[in-house]
Amino acid sequence: MFKILEKRELTDNIYLLRIEAPRVAQSALPGQFVIVRVDEQGERVPLTIADFDKEQGSVTIVIQAIGVSTRKLCTMNEGDSIADFAGPLGNPSEFVNMSAEELAKRHFLFVAGGVGTAPVYPQVKWLNEHGAKVDVIIGAKTDSLLIYTEEMEKVCDNLYIATDDGSRGFKGLVTAKIKQLIDEEDKDYNECIAIGPMIMMKFVTLTTREYSLRTTVSLNALMVDGTGMCGACRVSVGGKTLFTCVDGPEFDGHQVDFDEAMRRQAMYRNLESEANENHNHKCNCYGK
Amino acid sequence: MANKIPRVSVREQEPAVRATNFEEVCYGYNVEEAQTEASRCLNCKNPRCVAACPVGINIPSFISKIAEGDFAAASSIIAADSSLPSICGRVCPQETQCEGSCILGIKSEPVAIGKLERFVGDWSLENECKGCQKAASNGHKVAIIGSGPSGLACASDLAKWGYDVTIFEALHKLGGVLVYGIPEFRLPKEKIVAREIDSLRRLGVKFETDVVVGRTITIDSLMEDEGFDAVFIGSGAGLPRFMGIPGENLNGVVSANEFLTRANLMRAYDDEYDTPIYVGKRVVVVGGGNVAMDAVRTAKRLGAESIIVYRRSEQELPARREEVHHAKEEGIEFKMLTNPTEVLADEKGWVRGLRCVEMELGEPDESGRRSPVEKPGSDFEVECDVVIMALGTSPNPLLKRTTAGLETNRRGCIVTNEQGATTREGVFAGGDAVTGAATVILAMGAGRTAAKAINEYIESKK
Repeated sequence: MFKILEKRELTDNIYLLRIEAPRVAQSALPGQFVIVRVDEQGERVPLTIADFDKEQGSVTIVIQAIGVSTRKLCTMNEGDSIADFAGPLGNPSEFVNMSAEELAKRHFLFVAGGVGTAPVYPQVKWLNEHGAKVDVIIGAKTDSLLIYTEEMEKVCDNLYIATDDGSRGFKGLVTAKIKQLIDEEDKDYNECIAIGPMIMMKFVTLTTREYSLRTTVSLNALMVDGTGMCGACRVSVGGKTLFTCVDGPEFDGHQVDFDEAMRRQAMYRNLESEANENHNHKCNCYGK
Repeated sequence: MANKIPRVSVREQEPAVRATNFEEVCYGYNVEEAQTEASRCLNCKNPRCVAACPVGINIPSFISKIAEGDFAAASSIIAADSSLPSICGRVCPQETQCEGSCILGIKSEPVAIGKLERFVGDWSLENECKGCQKAASNGHKVAIIGSGPSGLACASDLAKWGYDVTIFEALHKLGGVLVYGIPEFRLPKEKIVAREIDSLRRLGVKFETDVVVGRTITIDSLMEDEGFDAVFIGSGAGLPRFMGIPGENLNGVVSANEFLTRANLMRAYDDEYDTPIYVGKRVVVVGGGNVAMDAVRTAKRLGAESIIVYRRSEQELPARREEVHHAKEEGIEFKMLTNPTEVLADEKGWVRGLRCVEMELGEPDESGRRSPVEKPGSDFEVECDVVIMALGTSPNPLLKRTTAGLETNRRGCIVTNEQGATTREGVFAGGDAVTGAATVILAMGAGRTAAKAINEYIESKK
């Protein structure tokens, strides 16, 4: 069992949980994920790591309550324990293998959307600690749905906020903000890393392709075991079928077949909606 | 006289009933049935069954103890060579091993060695306390990676010799393929697998679930930081293969591993559990091995019309004969000499069918089996909404990638000597991780061989 050390509601329906998991914390690197199972009946849910602290032996995850298992997870409180917490899984971000000199020369642009903002944080923090220059765009529908802005501000060079309704920062989509930064502010980025909803990552890669800006995306594919056994997470990258869990979760965004990835992500959606109804929950996430 | 008695048939759930539930198909022998069946054994001077058993169990000897009614003696005879009789009695391909060599099989039916082994194993789980005598500690620690058949067998021997053994399991449940792969209706999880694991616990074996060696910890960290004197890798062959045909990434195409893991490990068939499983109305399973039979029979139990598509003929089906027989009884359709060439999509990207081609058998290939050749122009479509690929598995490359000096062959299997020693000092391996997907009994045997080698290795370091 893995104890919940801290729980916070970051915004409507999005929660931060800090879990006691010393072995995972000890080995975690930016870009990796964990598999979480709430209780004996729960699903194995893959979640990208939002932070880790080797000294405290804790790992932070941020969850949006959308399915049966994520909602169950969000009803847990500080002091409660969850059944399983396995990881860190997947490959760390490529930049963790770069030398200090290389990193010092590089300028990264992160594009974060929705709950995907949380896993951007440890990457930005790591790069900041290792001397790289990092700009971050965080996008959301409206100000109240933004998460991690204060934390991010402390670890990046420039933080840009983009909201659909203009309630905070730039009014418009993150893709428009990318264009503005490159076209109007003459930013010269070496690499873009986008983490967020599939549809956002797809449009970010379409935008950065125009600038030949190398773009890495972190895919949140469906998984059962998360260790290479099931193949539920297969994704087409450059025409080859790869497993998100063992070959990813980060891939060259310009090579990913997003339309297939989005279709595959919806494979169990009807069944999940049924399960949601069985749990007497009115969820409007699927209507979007 | 003995061979005049017909083989005692085993009681089973009615096919029509069992095709709608997940309870075990076969009830096994009771005492009377077991003793009658045991009396059929000729007790051959040169028992061919023993030679055909991958671990050389003294079969005539344990069978004669059953006939005498001394089940404890039968149990200890089996225990000398096998640590998992309840399991192997259920899942071994007896028709190509012990029973396939039984002299009675020439003129009539072979002795039901598998069912007798199962009888003894189950009797032992009920009546004996295998792990009651915990051995005095010898102060040496051994780590075992994976809680499948090879790891359990290796741990059992080492614990009996006084080693401090810890098994690390990547999944949340212990048992490896016995739990995620083989369905409940063939191998009951609580009644059999969990009890085998409990007996190891009583022997003092420790278990840590949710530990993915290669990620959570490494073989190096186990040996350098956690003080393990030796490591046994029994991580199996879990990586599923796909065919590489068009349409394989459509919604509704899954690996047998995914389908079975959802059903078995995650209990998706039980409403109390949250994991979904997509079954559809008409399921095609591609493949002819035990895993294909497990998948197709699981789909049937979940309410789908279920079909096996296999590129060779029925004779070449690699599955246990009993599984094929049971599948047919349960109403599974077999399309032999048929090979898929494309998965067909509906307008939303979901499976609507499978394009196949008829095959005929040509010259024998390296495996000695006649290799299937396409009949030109014989394309046809099979309507279905789910396709399950059961084409075999290969070992997970994670340990190779994260362990310096651990050699693997071109199929990704770990290279070992006959005793199970890998190319890395103090690291041993056995089971499917070494051989590629094989059988429970071979994995169990390899685990025990490696246990001996680990003991010798640690003794030699003193």
